Amino acid sequence: MRLVAALFLSLWAVPAAFAEEVDRSLEPEVINIGVSSKQIAIAPDFAGTDVTVFGAIDHADEALLKNGSYDLVVALEGPRDFITIRKKERVAGVWVNRHSVTFEWMPESFSMSSTRSLDAIAKPTELYTFNVGMPRVKIVPSTFSGRAAEVDEYRNAFLDLKQRSKLYQSNPSGVTFISSSLFAANIHIPADIPNGTHTIRAVLFKKGIFVAEKQIPLEVVKTGIEETITFAATQRPLLYGVFSVLLAVVTGWGASLMFRRD
Amino acid sequence: MTIYLPIAELSVNIFIILGMGAAVGFLSGMFGVGGGFLITPLLIFYNVPPSIAVATGANQVIASSISGAITHFRRGTIDLKLGTVLLVGGIAGATLGIWIYNVLRTVGQLDLTISLLYVVLLTTVGSLMMIESVNAIRRARRNETPSIQRAQHNWVHRLPFKMRFKKSRIYLSVIPIAGLGFGVGILTSVMGVGGGFIMVPAMIYLLRIPANVVVGTSLFQIIFVSTYATVIQAVTNHSVDIVLAFILMLSGVVAAQYGVRVGQRLKAEQLRALLAIMILAVGARLAIDLFVPPANLYSIAHAGAAR
Repeated sequence: MRLVAALFLSLWAVPAAFAEEVDRSLEPEVINIGVSSKQIAIAPDFAGTDVTVFGAIDHADEALLKNGSYDLVVALEGPRDFITIRKKERVAGVWVNRHSVTFEWMPESFSMSSTRSLDAIAKPTELYTFNVGMPRVKIVPSTFSGRAAEVDEYRNAFLDLKQRSKLYQSNPSGVTFISSSLFAANIHIPADIPNGTHTIRAVLFKKGIFVAEKQIPLEVVKTGIEETITFAATQRPLLYGVFSVLLAVVTGWGASLMFRRD
Repeated sequence: MTIYLPIAELSVNIFIILGMGAAVGFLSGMFGVGGGFLITPLLIFYNVPPSIAVATGANQVIASSISGAITHFRRGTIDLKLGTVLLVGGIAGATLGIWIYNVLRTVGQLDLTISLLYVVLLTTVGSLMMIESVNAIRRARRNETPSIQRAQHNWVHRLPFKMRFKKSRIYLSVIPIAGLGFGVGILTSVMGVGGGFIMVPAMIYLLRIPANVVVGTSLFQIIFVSTYATVIQAVTNHSVDIVLAFILMLSGVVAAQYGVRVGQRLKAEQLRALLAIMILAVGARLAIDLFVPPANLYSIAHAGAAR
């Protein structure tokens, strides 16, 4: 009787233990990523470039690695800000900004690479839960009083505008495995990437299930005379304004002196 | 050759900007106007955001007005007392103008308002100038001397707080003078114009100030109000593009010198008719843009929480 009970138990226990082994074999997977420098200096003639983010999966299941059950999504997110989307409508023949929606803390740039297209990697609910994919929107409630369908309309318009200006990009084949557990993510940096602290975020999926993620910061610093001017205009605006006026005075006065003889 | 405008965040062809500055500078030298009311619409046509075009226009106006102001100062044709009253009104107007500008920007109607104001202003000024110059050309053909219809006194001269302006030889209430400065000051902030093309006729026909001091005194007001508007725009909106302004003023001030020479050879009424045609054309182009369906109905603006 005891033997039967033991057998019975083990019959139940075996599939459970097997499943356990698939999910976390010994230790949970960990990913590590790195870039060659924590800072990118962008010269005035910068026309966009590709950076490669290298990474490794620790404690990965060799068998699953071989049959391609692991997927990676690596994204470079720009600094975030509140962003207002306005929509024009015709009023008495004239095109006027009528309605607007403000989204909270949207990244100014977003460049994403993955091993496959996102819908092949995981179910929408899984992607949504772990915030993977094109940025979600969160509306500032005071700016919106319409229907939910309109939120999608504005979000799509926002993504469309950002993709047109090449600030939002995705590359569904930009992540490749170089060796069994070593991967390289090719990320495009657009020409007019904003200044500031960007975040590289890598997310690991196993058979469509989120298993690990890792974030590292990346500073984007623009160099050159244009950047000096932008810095002066935003950080020392009074000095900048006074200098603009002086430049105008000198230019105007100088020309009148040069042509004075007649 | 392209050049990047750091504040407008736009790559432009430097020769087009130089040409724009030169064309407007030439016209401003020829007609004796500041040119701000042509620079701003031209920049808008070239896809410079209207908010940047306005603030940069105000900066450019300083350069194009300064040499004229110096000349008038040397000749003693500036009524400093009258100019100061205009200026006090102008600074107050420019302050209100910046406030209006910021409110419009927050609600997303700045670009539209700038375009609408330009359409109204350019159409009105262009039409008036056209009628006046066509009449003058007709009179010249018939060899008539222009009849100066100076009404002895109008409502302006019955207002209180009168003040004596010795250089202009007038005794006039400060209310209409400061009021005129105030109105033009608003336009300087919202539209990036010096406002000479409104101020000069108003001073001659409405306030009956002698013509010899009108231009110098209005330039005096324009320089200080534009300076004030430029600095305030730079401080509150970071919208003055110094690279754009410098290219415009550089070619503008040189071309203006040649404009003056050409202007001296042409007949005044024909010049004014030409200028009227140009002003009407720019106004019409801006008006058409208002009615043409935009390429994209949506636009992105930073709500500015992080900046």
